[in-house]
Amino acid sequence: MGTVQGGALVNFLADVVRWFSDPANWQGSTGVPTRVLQHLNLSVWPVLLAAIVAVPLGVQLGHRRRGAFLAISLANIGRAVPSFAVLVIGIPIAVYYKLGTFYWPAFLALLLLAIPPMLTNAYTGVREVAPGIVESSRGMGLTERQVLRKIEIPMALPVIITGVRVSAVQVVATATLAALIGGGGLGRYIIDGLSVRDFVEVFAGALLVAALSIATEGVFSLVERLTVSPGITGRTKMVDTLNIRKAGLGV
Amino acid sequence: MILAQTTEPFIRWDWVWSHLGLFWSRTVEHLVLTGIALGVGFLISIGLSIVALRYRKSYTPITWVTGVFYSIPSLALFGILIPLTGLSVTTAEIGLVSYTLLIFIRNIVAGIDGVPQEVREAALGMGYTSTRMLWQIEIPIALPVIIAGVRIAAVTTVGLVTITAIIGLGGLGQLILDGLNRLFTTPLIVGTVLSAALALLIDYGLVLVERALTPWARSRAAL
Repeated sequence: MGTVQGGALVNFLADVVRWFSDPANWQGSTGVPTRVLQHLNLSVWPVLLAAIVAVPLGVQLGHRRRGAFLAISLANIGRAVPSFAVLVIGIPIAVYYKLGTFYWPAFLALLLLAIPPMLTNAYTGVREVAPGIVESSRGMGLTERQVLRKIEIPMALPVIITGVRVSAVQVVATATLAALIGGGGLGRYIIDGLSVRDFVEVFAGALLVAALSIATEGVFSLVERLTVSPGITGRTKMVDTLNIRKAGLGV
Repeated sequence: MILAQTTEPFIRWDWVWSHLGLFWSRTVEHLVLTGIALGVGFLISIGLSIVALRYRKSYTPITWVTGVFYSIPSLALFGILIPLTGLSVTTAEIGLVSYTLLIFIRNIVAGIDGVPQEVREAALGMGYTSTRMLWQIEIPIALPVIIAGVRIAAVTTVGLVTITAIIGLGGLGQLILDGLNRLFTTPLIVGTVLSAALALLIDYGLVLVERALTPWARSRAAL
């Protein structure tokens, strides 16, 4: 039932190609650009707000080496409560208290979802910076602020950005489910397609969602490449700096 | 969307007590879907980890491919699979299994890699064959890391199984979905609480398994 077999698969894929080349699917309120923008509108704000709150908090806790329990239990709870449930549970609450549309429950749910990975990674990233380096930088006379800004944050940056990336990808993925609670975004194609058993639309929507989340992943990998010091990623080799130094000294 | 009556309480306990049987069967469905995914995923991961450990160069492509699977949202992956396997358990399990792979493989490989070289050399010097070394030295030492991976995979899978309700496979997600469709908060909350409790219980169970399997870790802590 609903399964495509053998030669029918080729026809199915042809239908999908036709779906993508149909100009009607690229314009208006149900077109791909509108849906992508809705999806981004659903995802960007929670991620941004979560980053503004959770990253500095995690960094500070890591710097003071306090709040390990908070960071770890938050991560565990974040993982244990299904994102689907978090998203859906906001709806009856919103209806019950007459908060109005789907946007706020979705926003709150995605915000809650985005915080744990960011907080945990910011915390562990800073905390795991080799204590010898931190101590020697203090010994060199750096103030606490400088230790944080010049040593700990740059060294923890890959881990911090990974946290933001994990959050962002998770939020983009879960924003798909917002369609279930009457929201827009790319999930509309999947949910609407499923309800009328139009699997071409489901498939097209699924491809778009997958592409968007892989793109999100890619953007953050790029951010990481651009912001993390080359000395930390190992892109500069020890040998090279030695040679440059030798050349500079004229050895 | 129809607005719920404000006279309706947030949780109707009488409804909860009269539907305990339903909760039980949904929980069992949920456990079966989770169990199959974890079992099959673990077996495939053992195979791929052996390949990755034997042929080092294959580790990057293996983690890359499983990483791509991991980053595709579950609902999208189900949508991609439906034309091939329909609205079936197979569709759900292919999706669920593919999410466990990256977690399992990373932890198995990291665990075995973490075995100190001196320990391996000592075992070789004592005349261990490579098979015996794997079972009696490497796997026991790697066990905490491997179980850490199993815990993450288990908790993640329990959460993902709620989504399979959307493609009509039951489980605790069905309670959430019913609650949503009828704007009836009680099943929604019951489904959420049960699914989170299930995740935490399985997590705790695996901690106990780890303790039972690594008695030396406890005696070392006691010293």
